[in-house]
Amino acid sequence: MAQVRLSGIAKAFGKVTALDAMDLVIEDGELVCLLGPSGSGKSTLLRLIGGFETPSEGTIAIDGVDVTRLPPERRPTAMVFQSHALWSHMTVHGNIAFGLKLRRLPRAEIRERVERVLDLVGLSGYGARLPSQLSGGQQQRVALARSLVIEPKILLLDEPFASLDQHLRERLRDEVRDIQQRLGITAVFVTHGQDEALAISDRIVVLADGRMQQVGRPGEIYAEPKTAFVAGFIGAMNMLDGTLADGEIAAGGLKLPAEGSGPARLAIRPEDIALSEPEEGRMVTVRRMIDFGSHVVVDSTLADGTHLRVQTDKAVRVEAGERVGIRVERWTVFAEGEEPRRYRSDTVRSFRDVRYA
Amino acid sequence: MTDLATLPPSGALQAQQKRVRRRAPVDWTGFAFLIGLAVVILLPLVVTAVWAFAEVWRFPAILPQRVGLGYWQETLSRQDVWQALWLSLRITTTVTVISAVICFPAAYAFARLDFPGRNMLFLAFLSVQAFPKFGLIIATATIFLTLNLIGTFWGVVLIQLVGTLLYMIWIPVSAFQGVDRRLEEAARDVGAGPMRVFWSITLPQALPTLAAAILITFVNTFYETDAAWLIGLPNVRTMPMVMIAFINNALEVQYGAVLFVFLWVPSFLLMLAARRVMGADAFAKGLGG
Ligand SMILES: Nc1ncnc2c1ncn2[C@@H]1O[C@H](COP(=O)(O)OP(=O)(O)O)[C@@H](O)[C@H]1O
Ligand SMILES: [Mg+2]
Repeated sequence: MAQVRLSGIAKAFGKVTALDAMDLVIEDGELVCLLGPSGSGKSTLLRLIGGFETPSEGTIAIDGVDVTRLPPERRPTAMVFQSHALWSHMTVHGNIAFGLKLRRLPRAEIRERVERVLDLVGLSGYGARLPSQLSGGQQQRVALARSLVIEPKILLLDEPFASLDQHLRERLRDEVRDIQQRLGITAVFVTHGQDEALAISDRIVVLADGRMQQVGRPGEIYAEPKTAFVAGFIGAMNMLDGTLADGEIAAGGLKLPAEGSGPARLAIRPEDIALSEPEEGRMVTVRRMIDFGSHVVVDSTLADGTHLRVQTDKAVRVEAGERVGIRVERWTVFAEGEEPRRYRSDTVRSFRDVRYA
Repeated sequence: MTDLATLPPSGALQAQQKRVRRRAPVDWTGFAFLIGLAVVILLPLVVTAVWAFAEVWRFPAILPQRVGLGYWQETLSRQDVWQALWLSLRITTTVTVISAVICFPAAYAFARLDFPGRNMLFLAFLSVQAFPKFGLIIATATIFLTLNLIGTFWGVVLIQLVGTLLYMIWIPVSAFQGVDRRLEEAARDVGAGPMRVFWSITLPQALPTLAAAILITFVNTFYETDAAWLIGLPNVRTMPMVMIAFINNALEVQYGAVLFVFLWVPSFLLMLAARRVMGADAFAKGLGG
C-alpha cells in the first residue's frame, strides 16, 4: 500500500541536533522498528513522518508524493502515542468515530466501522465507556483502533506499550504485529526495548545520537553489528577495550588473533565463549553464577579485573573463586574508521568432555 | 508438604486487610482546623440567616423570641429591590459575556502562541490588578465624566470589565496550558484542521476550568460595589448598593439579613451545581494546582 522515503533528513531544535543525515526507505507492508536509547531521536523521526515536525533539511515522500510540508491531517499516516492521548470527554465510540465523522461518512457506516475495529482490537461492547473507565492496556487498544479505523497507509507507533507491564506489553505487541500483517499495512514502531524490536520487526533501524547506526533484519543486526554501538546495544555482549598489534588483539589480559594495529574494541557474545581447562592467556576467575533457568551465565573476571560473561548450560558446575580456562569461538574487532572484522575459531573441543557434572 | 489448611482463603485475607486499613488513626490536628474554620466561616452565616427570620431577638437569648416572614414580605414587596436585582443581573451577565469574548481568545494566545512581547503583555494584563483599586476607579471616573459615561449602564459595565481581567485571563491561560498537546495532535492526525481541533478537543477539555472562571467572575461582579458605586450613581443602583442603603437607613438588622439570604442561597446553589458538574479539581487546576 505505501512506501516511505526519507532523503537527507535532518532536524535541529535550536542548537540541539535531534536527527542528522537520514536516508531510509520503508517498503510497502513492512514493519520497521526504530530502536535506540532515550534521546536518540526516535520520536523525532516518527513525528517527522507523521507531520508533527518539519525537517530542517531533506524531504519525505509517501508513495512518491512529497509530503514534507503537509500538515498531519493531510498525510495518510496515523499515530499511536505513548500516552494514548485519548479524548477524555468522549466515549470510546466517540474517540474512534471522530476521524470518520470528519470524513462525513453516513452514520450507519460509521457505526459499522467502529464496531468492526473494536472487534479487531478485542474490545467489542466497550463503545459506550469513557476512556477513564478502561485499564491501561484497553486504553492503548482504543488508541490503536482510533488510528486503524481511518485506514491509514502508514501506522506510526511511539513506544505505545512502554507504560504497561511486561506480559501485557508482549501480548499487545504480538497483536499489533498480527493486525499489521492481516491488514498488510506499513508500520513504523518506536521502541527502546531490543526484545520488542527483535520480536516483531521485518527490519530494525538502530539510532544513536540522532544518527542511523545500522539498518537490517533482526537476525542480521544481532549477528553482524556494524558499529561498536550496535554490538553493545543489541543483545548481551562483552565489550572490551584493547590494542591491536602483531596479529593479535590484547584486551584485559585476553589475547585473540586479529589483524591491524592501534586501539580497538573487542566484542564477544557470552554464548560464543566456552569454558575449558586452564591455559595461559585464556584464564578467568569465576565471580558468581547467574541462573536464568534455561541457561546459566558465569560472571567472571579477566587477569586485569575486567568483567567477562560466559554463557553455559546448566550441567556445568564451577565455584566462585575458581580459575577456569575459556575458549572464544567468535569475536568481532571494531577499529576506528574501519569496517568491523569478524573471526571464528573452529577448533572447538567441548569442555563437557573434560569436566562433566 | 505445605499445609494449605492453615492459610486463610484469599478472600478472607483481603477482608482482614480492609478492616485494618479502615481503623486509620484520627487526624486530630486536621479535625481542630476544620472546627476552627467552621466557627469562623459558618457561624456568622448562620447567625445572619437566623436574623432573616427573626422578628424579635433581644440580647441574652440564644434563639429569637419571635420568628416569622414579616421582614421577607416587606422587603420583597418593594419595587426598588426587584429593579436593582434585574439591573444587577443584566450588568453582570453583560460584563461576563464581554469579558469571556475578549479574554478567552487572549488567554488561548498567551497559552499556545509564542509571539514577541508575550510576557510583557501578559504582565500588563495582570498588573491592572496590582494597582490600588480605588485609585484606578477614581482615575477612570474622571475620564468617564468627560465621556458622559458616569451614571450609565455601559459606564458600570466598562469599569467592572476591568476588574474581571485577572480571573478571566489567568485561569483560562492555565486551563489551555493544561490541555495535553498530544490530544490536539491526535485530532490533527485523524484529519481535523486547526479550527476543528480547537472546537472539538481544546475547548471541551478546558471547559470545566473555563466555567469555573466564568462562575467566579459572575459572582464577583454581582457583588462588586466600589466601582459600581462611583461610576453608577445616581442612576444605576445595583443590588449590593440597595443592600447597603437598606442597612444604613433602617437600623434593623433584618432587612440586610433578608437580602443576604435572598442573594446568598442562589449563588451558593449555583456554586454547588457547578462543583457537581465540573468536579472539584477544575477550580484547583484553574488556580495552578
Ligand atoms: N520539541 C523539542 N524541542 C527541543 N528539543 C527536542 C524537542 N524534541 C526532541 N528534542 C531533543 O531531540 C533529541 C531527540 O529526542 P527524541 O526524538 O524525543 O528521542 P527519543 O524518542 O529517541 O527518546 C533529544 O536530545 C531531545 O532533547
Ligand atoms: Mg521518544
